[in-house]
Amino acid sequence: MSKAVIAKDLNIYYGSFLAVEGVNIDIKPKTVTALIGPSGCGKSTFLRSINRMHEVIPGARVEGSLTLDGKELYGAGVDPVGVRRQIGMVFQRPNPFPTMSIYENVIAGQKLNNKRAGKKVTDELVERSLRGANLWNEVKDRLDKPGSGLSGGQQQRLCIARAIAVQPDVLLMDEPCSALDPISTLAIEDLINELKTDYTIVIVTHNMQQAARVSDFTGFFNIEGTGKPGHLVEIDETKTIFSQPKQKATEDYVSGRFG
Amino acid sequence: MTIETDPNRTRTDAELAEEALVPMPLVRGELPRWAPWAILVASLVVVGVILGVTSGFSIPLTLVLGAVLFAVATFVISRVVEGGRKATDRLVTIVVTVAFLLALVPLVSVLVTVIQNGVARFDGAFFSNSMRGVVGEGGGGYHAIIGTLIITALAAVISIPVGILTAIYLVEYGARSRLARAITFFVDVMTGIPSIVAGLFAFAFFALFLGPGIRFGFGGAVALSILMIPVVVRSTEEMLKIVPNELREAAFALGTPKWRTILKVVIPTSIAGIASGVTLAIARVIGETAPLLIIAGLTTGVNLNPFSGRMTTLPVFAYNSYAAPGVPREPFIDRAWTSALVLILLVLVLNLLARLVAKLFAPKTR
Repeated sequence: MSKAVIAKDLNIYYGSFLAVEGVNIDIKPKTVTALIGPSGCGKSTFLRSINRMHEVIPGARVEGSLTLDGKELYGAGVDPVGVRRQIGMVFQRPNPFPTMSIYENVIAGQKLNNKRAGKKVTDELVERSLRGANLWNEVKDRLDKPGSGLSGGQQQRLCIARAIAVQPDVLLMDEPCSALDPISTLAIEDLINELKTDYTIVIVTHNMQQAARVSDFTGFFNIEGTGKPGHLVEIDETKTIFSQPKQKATEDYVSGRFG
Repeated sequence: MTIETDPNRTRTDAELAEEALVPMPLVRGELPRWAPWAILVASLVVVGVILGVTSGFSIPLTLVLGAVLFAVATFVISRVVEGGRKATDRLVTIVVTVAFLLALVPLVSVLVTVIQNGVARFDGAFFSNSMRGVVGEGGGGYHAIIGTLIITALAAVISIPVGILTAIYLVEYGARSRLARAITFFVDVMTGIPSIVAGLFAFAFFALFLGPGIRFGFGGAVALSILMIPVVVRSTEEMLKIVPNELREAAFALGTPKWRTILKVVIPTSIAGIASGVTLAIARVIGETAPLLIIAGLTTGVNLNPFSGRMTTLPVFAYNSYAAPGVPREPFIDRAWTSALVLILLVLVLNLLARLVAKLFAPKTR
């Protein structure tokens, strides 16, 4: 169920502005890939292009090739909605649906798409997803309460449960811990470690310790200056990136001597 | 040679810096809590007595001059006791409160007058009798109440779907396209058109198809929708805009098509605001007189069919009873007041409904 994502010479545009240039990346199944780099270098843009979420912004488009297990994601006739059903996403700020209960939030993917299943099947799915997100024990007695009543860390885990409830092949995480305290962050990092047995995970983070802790591979994005496109400087096994990177820029960034 | 020291000369930067370094005292004089009330009563008494002695006592003048004296006295006393900052605070508080009370005066006055005059005919007969065959006393506004409800309901049936769908187009699909900007512009213009123009439009429009002199309830509903649609569009648009984009993205990321996202995430999140906006739009048009006078006309009997025959509404009934009373005048004037009272009550009920709806639909947090 987890699949490989391969980008070849991927250019990402907002209108005529080239935001990210020439990304070549090979993300293997059942691995955690962390994307690090300074703000505005295009790592989130690249992440959002993987499940075609960046198209939500008017004028955004890509050139080049991006494949999921060999299938072109930007090919003619590919429905972005179909792509997003296979590639789930967790956002920077927890965003549970305020009109839905915890239970409904978990099955939002099914509910919003009018997939009906029996009560028993749905109950099992909710429990499995919440257990998968390490949230079951905390919320099992108040599943009918609104999701927005949970703490920030719990809300984020609820969003992860919601994302894995649709059983995607790939899970994208856009700075999932940046709004959370250290304890909730630890809970999510543990969760990422467990999830990688089933999913391909790509995580954008500003926290290099986090990248070092959770990821198998790390990609470093950089930008030459304002107005210039961001690009992938190098990608390698995490321990290589943090100990002996090939590029000077990477070494400067991971050792904190950036800029 | 003398050195002149001007007390008002601008202080030098060095002196200002020195002043800033002096720590502010933590303890300062403070007026007791009852002081403002005491000053208020004293000001009113002083002004009242002075007026009584000189030009004769009058309540409005006492209130106005008393408020001025109260503001000045509070400012001076507070400045002496508490210092400049608190004095300014108290002065601004008084100004704001007076402005609020001033705004309340016409509202309360209208309400009290309408209730006083309208309660005389606020009886069973008013709600069960029409004006058919009534020349003097008796009769009622039953036909007008029915007319108001039918025409307003029809207007709502036309305006709410058109208005909400327009707003959805503007916010969710149009974005910043030229068409969307043009629609926004014309909606803004339409909110400002005089209501008589809407009536004339409906009249001219239906006269083209159904012949001159056409008058019927549905025409009135069309005229009212022209006034109502822009209000619905604007309020719905504002409500849709405040739905966080993160929720739309969350739904998209779950593989939800756009239309389902709008239907199941965006609308439910903003339904409370939309509902109260719609109710306020209804309240806005329910009291329209001019357009209905033209296109819905006037009749003394009950007409339940909006597609044929004239139809009276409460505002038109009130206007006509007052403008063209029979002999004797009093029963007509009384009925006009009662119509106004019923209209106010209808709007009141609508507003309460809006609050209830907003409360029921609002996203819950616990």
